[in-house]
Amino acid sequence: MSETKVIDARDTFCPGPLMELISHIKHVAVGDVIELLSTDQGSAADIPEWVKKVGHEIVGSEQVGNVWHIKVRKAK
Amino acid sequence: MSRKIHIVCVTGTREKLQMAAMIASVAAASGDEVSVFFSMNAMQYFVKGSSAEPPSEGEFGALLQTKGVPPFRQLFQMAAELGSATLLPCSMALDLLKVTGDDLDPALGPPTGLTRFLSDAEGAQLLTF
Repeated sequence: MSETKVIDARDTFCPGPLMELISHIKHVAVGDVIELLSTDQGSAADIPEWVKKVGHEIVGSEQVGNVWHIKVRKAK
Repeated sequence: MSRKIHIVCVTGTREKLQMAAMIASVAAASGDEVSVFFSMNAMQYFVKGSSAEPPSEGEFGALLQTKGVPPFRQLFQMAAELGSATLLPCSMALDLLKVTGDDLDPALGPPTGLTRFLSDAEGAQLLTF
């Protein structure tokens, strides 16, 4: 059964949100989802690039107010 | 496919240290093979216990001290811990500073000479800050 973990990286600037994602994704199981909260516009565009490059999966990305909710499934 | 990225970090200003640290951390975390060679004015900021803060080159340096910007020392450390980047102090710089490898932050690797660094960097991408 996969789980979703929320990581709050609001009010940090590039590459802070990406580093938060990377440090947490190492510690979850394959299939689990991390929902990253970020207020950094650049990271909202850049994080999917990293996810694609390393072979994980974006399962959702939406902006609510000034906060991006980026959902990443660990694929390997 | 992973790339080899070699970074030479010699300027001791906030903007250049930050940019070098950003590239090192993101590249290493993306699976690239990264090594960073520290020398000249950049070396002093990695002596253990050093709280010295680098001067800014311009207005952007002040912006980098805004809350929420990851400090360059932390980014270099993450490059090593999360992405296996190697952080190499220049042996000549250590000699002139009168410090040894034991006096440096634990994230840094062994003192390294230019011959070894250039040999490892042969044919690879080299960025200088």
